[in-house]
Amino acid sequence: MKIVNQPLRKKDAMQLVTGQPVYTDDLAPKDCLIVKVLRSPHANAIIESINTAIAAKVPDVEAIFTYEDVDQNAKRCTYAGQTYPEPSPYDRLLLDRHVRFVGDIVAIVAGKTEKAVDKALSLIKVKYNVLEAVLDFHKALDNPVLVHPEDTWESLSPVGADNKRNLCASETISDGDVDGVLADCDIIIDRKYRVKAVQQDMMEPFCTYCTIDTYGRLHIVSSTQIVFHCRRIVANALHIPKTMVRVTKPRIGGGFGAKQSCVSEMYPAFVTWKLKKPSKMVFSRYECHIAASPRHEMEVRVRLGATKEGKIRAIDLYTLSNTGAYGEHGPTTVGLSGHKSIPLYRTEAFRFGFDVVYTNLQAAGAYRGYGAPQGIFAVESAVNELAAKLNMDPITLREMNITREGDIMPAYYGAPNTSCALDKCLAQVREMSGWDEKFPLRKMPNGKVRTMGVAIAMQGSSIPYCDVGGATIKVNDDGSYTLLIGAADMGTGCDTILAQMAAEVLECDFEQIQVFGADTDASPYDSGSYASSTTYITGNAVNECAKRIRAKICALGAKKLECPVEEVVFDGKEVRSTVSDKAISLVDIAVASQCFNNIALQETVEMDSLLSPPPFMAGVAEIETDLATGETEVVNYYASVDCGTPINPHLAKVQTEGGILQGIGMTLMENVTYSPDGRIYENSFMQYKVPSRQDIGHIHVDFACSYEESGPYGAKSIGELVINTPGPAIADAVYQATGHRFFTLPITPEKIALGVEDEL
Amino acid sequence: MLTIREIKKAATLEEAWQLNQKRPNRVVGGMLWMRLSKGNVATLIDLSALGLDKIEENDTEFSIGAMVTLRQLELHAGIAAYTNGAMKEALRHIVGVQFRNLATVGGSVFGRFGFSDVLTILLALDAKVELYKGGVIPMSEFANMPYDRDILVRVIIPKQEMACSYASVRIAKTDFPVLTCAAAKTSTGVQIAVGARPAKAALVRDEQGFLSDGITEEGVKAFAAHAAEILPTESNPRGSAAYRTHLIKVLAERTILALGGKA
Amino acid sequence: MEVTLTLNGKRITRSVDADMALLDFVRNEGCYSVKRGCDTSNCGLCTVFLDDKPVLSCSVLVARADGHKVTTMEGLQKEAAEFGAFIADQGAEQCGFCNPGMIMNALALFRENPEPSEEEIKEYLAGNLCRCSGYEGQLRGIQNFIAWKKAQQGEV
Repeated sequence: MKIVNQPLRKKDAMQLVTGQPVYTDDLAPKDCLIVKVLRSPHANAIIESINTAIAAKVPDVEAIFTYEDVDQNAKRCTYAGQTYPEPSPYDRLLLDRHVRFVGDIVAIVAGKTEKAVDKALSLIKVKYNVLEAVLDFHKALDNPVLVHPEDTWESLSPVGADNKRNLCASETISDGDVDGVLADCDIIIDRKYRVKAVQQDMMEPFCTYCTIDTYGRLHIVSSTQIVFHCRRIVANALHIPKTMVRVTKPRIGGGFGAKQSCVSEMYPAFVTWKLKKPSKMVFSRYECHIAASPRHEMEVRVRLGATKEGKIRAIDLYTLSNTGAYGEHGPTTVGLSGHKSIPLYRTEAFRFGFDVVYTNLQAAGAYRGYGAPQGIFAVESAVNELAAKLNMDPITLREMNITREGDIMPAYYGAPNTSCALDKCLAQVREMSGWDEKFPLRKMPNGKVRTMGVAIAMQGSSIPYCDVGGATIKVNDDGSYTLLIGAADMGTGCDTILAQMAAEVLECDFEQIQVFGADTDASPYDSGSYASSTTYITGNAVNECAKRIRAKICALGAKKLECPVEEVVFDGKEVRSTVSDKAISLVDIAVASQCFNNIALQETVEMDSLLSPPPFMAGVAEIETDLATGETEVVNYYASVDCGTPINPHLAKVQTEGGILQGIGMTLMENVTYSPDGRIYENSFMQYKVPSRQDIGHIHVDFACSYEESGPYGAKSIGELVINTPGPAIADAVYQATGHRFFTLPITPEKIALGVEDEL
Repeated sequence: MLTIREIKKAATLEEAWQLNQKRPNRVVGGMLWMRLSKGNVATLIDLSALGLDKIEENDTEFSIGAMVTLRQLELHAGIAAYTNGAMKEALRHIVGVQFRNLATVGGSVFGRFGFSDVLTILLALDAKVELYKGGVIPMSEFANMPYDRDILVRVIIPKQEMACSYASVRIAKTDFPVLTCAAAKTSTGVQIAVGARPAKAALVRDEQGFLSDGITEEGVKAFAAHAAEILPTESNPRGSAAYRTHLIKVLAERTILALGGKA
Repeated sequence: MEVTLTLNGKRITRSVDADMALLDFVRNEGCYSVKRGCDTSNCGLCTVFLDDKPVLSCSVLVARADGHKVTTMEGLQKEAAEFGAFIADQGAEQCGFCNPGMIMNALALFRENPEPSEEEIKEYLAGNLCRCSGYEGQLRGIQNFIAWKKAQQGEV
């Protein structure tokens, strides 16, 4: 491999570090109408009346839209970016008379200036019929108060949903006799663990602008991970034909799954469609915290049974997931809480059940890891507790029980473990972290204690039997290539790593590949960048596409050389005859393709997958705790990752570092609490603290690579996996320091100092 | 949302004071807190033309103009030496350098915010404020005065034989504090200021004489326990009242012990 | 009201509202490197130089920049590219959205303190949030840049 596995600079790097205008709000036309929305102050209410007359008189205000502008009996839709038919229920109307959480949409205002729009917002008079709200997700199921009582609510997929029970999804699966095995175990860990509705907080807020194009169509330019799904969703929300919608994504200032739902798109889309004028909406950070698409709050009960020698025999896991007021990604995130945690271990039996409930709180969405961080926090914490109870080294305990390459994984849909270096990951973090010398506790000269904790994790690579990755490559007349994709580089570097793969096959310089993405009119279809799919599934599409374009180059080259195609080879620069010294350069072939030619030097490949090969990792947290104040700091985090072949080692490393710090934030400081009437307190960067660079010591990353035969160059995914280990690793390190186990994140200084747990 | 009709750079303190007597007018410091407020300001009164952006040091005091930024205060060599680094320790956690390049001493002090690191340390240092009409008054008195329409001109740190130290607890390094504590030992004895309870900082003097025979471990424990007992605490999302009371003990002990033998 | 200021070396006079933030002003003037990432002066994305000091342009009224010098990354392209290349070499720019603010503040740091320690780097840049990189790659890039600068000066 010459280009794959090289730490090349990202293609867009210099543009980004020099601050070029490449993001949505930089590109929006200057004459865009400013779009803002009025949000509900109540968690559950029916709008009795809404008076916009005074607000509409504010100079420079162009339009105000309310539920009266939307047919309340129209077909509902979901804002979740998923392949059709979406598992997420159709429970949304663009403007709904029934508002279902504090922050839900009441009215849309469009005006020429932000000031005018703000003024108008303050002048809209709304009379609410305030209803009792369901705020405790433990009490949501079969509560007499229904979040979605409406008959137009619809579930398109068999996920066990029932709006008359506040139920967004429900299922139980099992393998083997769980109850029998558990009854026979020497030791059982039985605990409940909870992860809150934490925020992705990508630095670029949700942002969209819309125009009407030459053909009278709605052109949406948005910071989205899912251009094709977005097109369908907006068409559904506006009840207009999909033909009339085009979606383009420029550079994205981070996504982490937040932008796998359509959070900001439909409001300017609605305005522009109605008024036929350009408009834009930029979310405030406040809106990003109260009306966005955070992680699903989950409570995971684990019953884990083992022998006294430390053989893990059965895992029984039940997840209660809180989807909030709308069901985006509700039925699917929950699956990962079991399917990405239980298969880490070879068990005789397992059971995994879940209920996903509606509440009158902010609707959840997709956040890096999807449901895996919640499940892995639970299972890995239970395994750490088991190690303590058995007085065993937690790494050794794992080495005895982990899944190995070649295993069939019953809790992973019965799929084979096709590539796995998890054992090597464990050995590597043991070595890197100095585990054998440092675990569990050292007293430091400054009076603090240093402790360590470990956890392992897995994720998937794409959604098998479902998602599609696409690539188009065309040869340009200078012998360069254009790679068109529908996947979304959101800073992850997929434009770059996909170009590396293409260049590898085409034996050209990396600089010879230009990448275009993503646009529903121009890109080949792609489900979008989520579910850890892009490297794997779009990568496979690029790889195959590059092979086919090679064949095309050979075909046209052979034609020009007037010899059979079997008698030529292509070395990236020229097509050469294998039987004579005849040759034609790529540039000459490319030029020839544009004159009196019927062999298109353009190929499109769409790829699916029967597998979702898991990447694996092990992480060790080394923390320093001030036992008196409870302040704790991750001084070192050691990670060993098996993502198969890292296509770009630098980008894989930075992905890992970033994911780990997000995981640390979720574990130690990012909190979400509510007022008694359902308002979120942590609604700004002033109150919701994402880690600063002073909140982390060092993150040490290394790779222990397996080779995934079904992936491009042996690659699997990496982006999501890396957020999964800090929760349980740090929680156990805190236990080693304090003797207290914590079951709810975040583990704040107060909890550590006083040894008190949040109420579950 | 905050709207401002006009902004006026006052040419004299008298002009600033006159403007500030009208209800819809407000004095602006660094704009960092005011921008978060709501309402309509008719005239925003800017003090930046009054030469109040300097720290002056003489034999008896540091005189800190109201428009001095927190960053200036943090970097001032004389104050750093006088406070043995405690001033920097009190300021360095406040959001970031770009924030502290804007935030002013006047704005921080006049606001008398509960979370204020600045107020905490200034209280312990026996600082005073100079008000245009109200004259020079002790910080401890100013902290408890009702908000009025006077103009804060400068903050004065008197020089005295002194040792001081500062500590705070934060959930994240650049977050608001869960609790702040500054300790000082002067010729009149030991005192601590405790802020973010979450109410604004209050001063506790060693009136009982726990430390009158010097800073002993026992005396420190007793004084810290006394402070924890008399200072009311409350709960907010950053911490419970019980945790804050616990932290008063811990931080009071630590900051006072850090004074040991210095003065 | 009318303000006159020097933006990236160019003296301009504009009529503005009294409550307009410098952030909105510079973006209106085409300085799109300056980003808005929060509403509470916490993220550092909007960092510009006001008379050579790094400040949060979201919190400065343009009226108060009257008569002053304002510098954005558009006015420091050479320095930004020179230092930014070291961030790019780590792949640490990631989504890029926080980069202009972070790089502006880093340039301010290097002017104040050409050879900062790791702790000094972390403290000076603490107000520049990044959600992608975990900060490690940025730190590597910064340290490599400092080492390179030092080596360059050694050669002179």
